[in-house]
Amino acid sequence: MPAAPPFEYAPAPEARETARLRASYGIFVNGGFRAGTGETVATTDPSTATALADVHEAGPGDVDAAVAAARSAYDAVWRDLPGRERAKYLFRIARAIQERGRELAVLESLDNGKPIRESRDVDIPLAAAHFFYYAGWADKLEHAGYGSSPQPLGVAGQIIPWNFPLLMAAWKLAPALATGNTVVLKPAETTPLTALTLAEIIAECDLPPGVVNVLAGGPAIGQALVEHEGVDKLAFTGSTEVGKLIQRTVAGTPKRLSLELGGKAANIVFDDAPLDQAVEGIVNGIFFNQGHVCCAGSRLLVQESVAEEVTARLQERMRSLRLGDPLDKNTDIGAINSGEQLARIRELAAAGEAEGAQRWSPPCVLPERGFWFPPTIFTGVSATHRIAREEIFGPVLSVLTFRTPQEAVDKANNTPYGLSAGIWTEKGSRILWMASRLRAGVIWANTFNRFDPASPFGGYKESGHGREGGRHGLEAYLASR
Amino acid sequence: MSATLSPLGDVAAIHDATRDEASLRRFLHGLPGVDQVGAEARAAGLATRSIKTTSKAWAIDMAIRMVDLTTLEGADTHGKVRSLCAKAMRPDPSDPAVPAVAAVCVYPDLVAVAVEALQGSQVHVASVATAFPSGRASLATKLVDVREAVAAGADEIDMVIDRGAFLSGRYGQVFEEIVAVRAACGGAHLKVILETGELATLDNVRRASVLALLAGADFIKTSTGKVAIASTPPVALVMLQAVREYADTTGDVRGVKLAGGIRASKDAIRYLVMASEVAGPRWLAADRFRFGASSLLNDLLLQRHKLARGSYDGADYVTVD
Repeated sequence: MPAAPPFEYAPAPEARETARLRASYGIFVNGGFRAGTGETVATTDPSTATALADVHEAGPGDVDAAVAAARSAYDAVWRDLPGRERAKYLFRIARAIQERGRELAVLESLDNGKPIRESRDVDIPLAAAHFFYYAGWADKLEHAGYGSSPQPLGVAGQIIPWNFPLLMAAWKLAPALATGNTVVLKPAETTPLTALTLAEIIAECDLPPGVVNVLAGGPAIGQALVEHEGVDKLAFTGSTEVGKLIQRTVAGTPKRLSLELGGKAANIVFDDAPLDQAVEGIVNGIFFNQGHVCCAGSRLLVQESVAEEVTARLQERMRSLRLGDPLDKNTDIGAINSGEQLARIRELAAAGEAEGAQRWSPPCVLPERGFWFPPTIFTGVSATHRIAREEIFGPVLSVLTFRTPQEAVDKANNTPYGLSAGIWTEKGSRILWMASRLRAGVIWANTFNRFDPASPFGGYKESGHGREGGRHGLEAYLASR
Repeated sequence: MSATLSPLGDVAAIHDATRDEASLRRFLHGLPGVDQVGAEARAAGLATRSIKTTSKAWAIDMAIRMVDLTTLEGADTHGKVRSLCAKAMRPDPSDPAVPAVAAVCVYPDLVAVAVEALQGSQVHVASVATAFPSGRASLATKLVDVREAVAAGADEIDMVIDRGAFLSGRYGQVFEEIVAVRAACGGAHLKVILETGELATLDNVRRASVLALLAGADFIKTSTGKVAIASTPPVALVMLQAVREYADTTGDVRGVKLAGGIRASKDAIRYLVMASEVAGPRWLAADRFRFGASSLLNDLLLQRHKLARGSYDGADYVTVD
């Protein structure tokens, strides 16, 4: 039998038309869509660096209007609506997200650059799941552990990042609405399209005008929202740098604040781990969503006795990763979200090389247009290197080693961040011992980057405070009483 | 990948493992564990690959070449076997471009019929043996079973391991049986059926896979098709990893045969994706990857028609046997 030709996968792209992309988008205030009074900017497809649509962004006046609309909706309708009635709206939104799941997935991949496999199988289903989950809480808040009559806070200003645009909108909106708050949401400037489509869904679900307002815009709009006197609660997901700025701004005001910021998670592999699955977990930990994940397992801590074996297997596995068109169903790694982010990844990778770590990527042809970075690992990384300390927010893994469980804990905790950690071992007692000593909000054992609306998510230290998801996620939007 | 980095160690370690029962046991129990949840997730992830147009056409023909067309019924007759052999050589009477399958698989007493019917073709004759499907007979009886099948002209032998011995930890006994059957096979290829549905855990599947490879199996095979749980994606994943690691360590490339419950082309194509991405493109060949099946072939032919003609023509356009 002659040698088989390689099994080439013919292109299997999702149709771009499914996204129902429009030529221009505006803002959503008080139940209606209109052009914002700010700048008009083009949002781009990062896989080709070409414009997708014009976005008429919000101006300062629009922030006032949105906050005022949220305030009157809060006072007039939403705060006093029985929980079971609020739940009906949330269930309706959840179902509508599912019904338009394919459209949202394609739109997300176009605007963000993530592979359709992820937007279709992770982002959109999880977004719907969050609405379903919090719909269930809306009429049971007095049993949530925040007193017999917990109260909403009022108007929530919510600022979300570009890495999971729709999912982050769902994480923010679902608990806020379930608890009786009204919302002004600002999506990231590079990825406003799915949040605006969600606004359309919300309008179609007949949510009372003003309960949810969506303002496309840049940092200035975010700042205006943070500083706005009519806002009772701020929730921010994004960089630690901006998080600190917000915390300073809010200090001394009555505003409540929850922050979900950066991370530099340790993914810890012991020599008795199920190694094949650990390699999968490492790949999923750092290359999922091109590493644009705050809880990414960007520091691999591997026990020295299996370090060579794990690294070799990881490299072998990385050879089968398929980088390319985000809309192709067989793509594993999509585009970097923006030129700005690409520049940052390149800068840190260059710093890794300059500091003496060994860089490796599988053979991988990058598309000529658009923003791309190959899956990369650095070996020979020491704790003092920048790539071991700073959040890269890209498909770049730093491999470090350890000898004993205590050393693994010490190294894993030796970071200003504390969002997540992974433990790989077949020994249950060691998982529990490690988990009780790791200072991170989310700990995965023999898995990584697994999310569920029932599970609280949030950080220690500079990774933020407050939790999203689960019963804990209600607290950020309730006053105990 | 350098040989010393394989979980199987190196050639010396493998040689050492088979020295005595205690060494074998230590070796098998020293293999890294398999996390069931993780293996299922990886298998499910691979199943999302979308195989279309030209790659689908290529995969369907490749899958047809890999079929061991099987009949293992108490009611088998000479006529049934002859009819199956005709189909094996020319699966689609309407289209001579369809490749022949890899082999016809029958019980030992029907080997001679199959050999005669397949004369002059490239299709192999495989026979189950060793008190298939239970494996509950003395070693002497099993070896007679094998020798008779080989003497009748079978060039591939599908043996079953003694699952009772394996599950009670008597790895040495399982090993010796495979070695003895290997010797009785002479020049015939040996496929070792692990009956993974009865081994229950993926750790056991990994150990049994390595054990069979150490004992000289040319192929490791999932199932007899006679127990409820047959070939599943996580089991196939673990077995493909085992042959890959064995090849990395020893340079010796062995095969995997999936049997039982694979009826749809879509499943077969998913397994080809898995073989390609988990074991490697080297395994996309009929001497390294097989499907033991009966109804799968017709579905492959129907899909082939659909690709060529654009519409389904239905079960009456492929032959019953």
